[in-house]
Amino acid sequence: MLRPVCPLSAIPSGEAYRWDTDPPVAIFHTEDGEIFAIDDTCTHQDASLADGWLEGCEVECPLHASRFDLRTGRADAPPAKKPVRTHRVEVTGGVVHVELSEDPADLPPGAKP
Amino acid sequence: MAGIRVQKVAIVGASLAGLAAARALRRQSFAGEIIAIGAERHQPYDRPPLSKEFLTGAYTEADLALGHDDDLGVVWRLGVAATRLDPRGGSVHLADGEEIRADGVVIATGARARPVEHAGVHTLRTLDDAIALRDDLRRGGRLVVIGAGFIGAEVASSARSLGLDVTVVESLPTPLAGPLGPEMGAVCAALHGDHGVRLLTGVPVTTVTGSDHVEAVELADGTRLPADVVVAGIGAVPNVEWLAGSGLEISGGVVTDANGATGLPAVVATGDCASRDGVRSEHWTHAVEHPATAVATLLGTGAGRPPKAPYFWSDQYGVRIQFAGRREPGDTVRIVEGDPEQRSFLAVYERGGLTTAVLGMSRPKSFTRWRRQLRAAPQEA
Ligand SMILES: Cc1cc2nc3c(=O)[nH]c(=O)nc-3n(C[C@H](O)[C@H](O)[C@H](O)COP(=O)(O)OP(=O)(O)OC[C@H]3O[C@@H](n4cnc5c(N)ncnc54)[C@H](O)[C@@H]3O)c2cc1C
Ligand code: FES
Repeated sequence: MLRPVCPLSAIPSGEAYRWDTDPPVAIFHTEDGEIFAIDDTCTHQDASLADGWLEGCEVECPLHASRFDLRTGRADAPPAKKPVRTHRVEVTGGVVHVELSEDPADLPPGAKP
Repeated sequence: MAGIRVQKVAIVGASLAGLAAARALRRQSFAGEIIAIGAERHQPYDRPPLSKEFLTGAYTEADLALGHDDDLGVVWRLGVAATRLDPRGGSVHLADGEEIRADGVVIATGARARPVEHAGVHTLRTLDDAIALRDDLRRGGRLVVIGAGFIGAEVASSARSLGLDVTVVESLPTPLAGPLGPEMGAVCAALHGDHGVRLLTGVPVTTVTGSDHVEAVELADGTRLPADVVVAGIGAVPNVEWLAGSGLEISGGVVTDANGATGLPAVVATGDCASRDGVRSEHWTHAVEHPATAVATLLGTGAGRPPKAPYFWSDQYGVRIQFAGRREPGDTVRIVEGDPEQRSFLAVYERGGLTTAVLGMSRPKSFTRWRRQLRAAPQEA
């Protein structure tokens, strides 16, 4: 089910929006104008990927710099090893909609549920 | 043009930078042979948790693995050190007598803990070091940490969380004044006191007593600190002795330019062992990112991504310290957010109206914003 999250204009390109659902989701607006949604919590430790450094189609975790591919959710190098979930995104009528993945989330030990 | 000239690459040093170099070679379409030589018998593993989660027991050995990429097609030669580089013959000589011919060499031999003279005093650089220290800390008692740098502080924090009685001694008047400057060094050092760890500064250690096991650490002012475990975190020395006679310039590390180039065309150096402008960048992120540039130099494919400002982090006492940029003596420091007293703040370093560096304590989001704005230092041509 697609759920409306926020107007696209709320996420300038190159920026991210943290959607406070459970578990939280990060929505990225890349410099190239693409929109991606992934789980916000790094799979290594409790860090918010929306706080990270967006570069192309990758976000670098703000703490230990593992980079996640926004298209696949895969981490390029440790310390994070497990991928984050990716979610389907659609923009209709200027509003970002997200359909949450049915897969189980890979949350790090100690992350707030 | 990648891969035309270079057919076989030897990577010496099979740790973070060595593995990153192997990955970068394949990513940059190098299809030839890669052989990685590592003095440690372990598969590449991650060092930062050694002073943190691994010491406290939150991580096991398996959690340290840097990941196997079976499809990298690398021949690993582990548990044997390289003893000599012969650039004229195009070969690397190993301690077991083997000679490995290669037409490209990536030097990634990193650094080792600066040794201490006294037997029974721990240092921490390798997994084997960490296992030995962890086993000693498990017995509890009194720990004295010599050196209040990042590794010393992290060991103190981990040991404290295990319930040990911890004292940190530092010969400088302010810990971390080198990387962070005196004001911010003092703020970070205050974390010890916050968590019941005694910090003694400005007094050098004169001797460690005890014969088959350590008994006490004695300071220049006569203080005697009884100890069950002693750890020294007094810096690192680059692993470059094996390069003597190779023709490479060695000065506090393998001398390179910004792109990892050495004085020899088929040899590049990267990670903790490389020295540029007299400085070794001994940080995790550098060892992960710079090998791609060094490999591009080796293959002759030119520079990759523009370099970012240097960055490192340290986790102590549940506080996240992050630093990026190049601070120089005399830079002014300004708190732009939060409050050092709360151990949650962001500070920027400035010189002539320009931001030179940024320090965050438990402020990852705004830290990242500031970090992005920092320009990497201008490149020499
Ligand atoms: C306890 C600890 C905690 C750390 N915490 C942090 C942190 O929180 N944040 C941060 O940014 N950085 C941290 N670091 C630094 C970071 O781990 C290093 O920057 C990084 O490991 C450098 O990688 P490297 O591959 O260049 O060198 P190294 O990791 O030193 O690896 C070099 C490898 O080469 C091998 N070798 C040496 N000589 C030879 C030879 N002659 N032949 C073959 N092999 C050889 C060595 O055995 C070693 O395996 C920490 C380091 C330590 C030790
Ligand atoms: S918390 Fe993301 S890499 Fe460590």
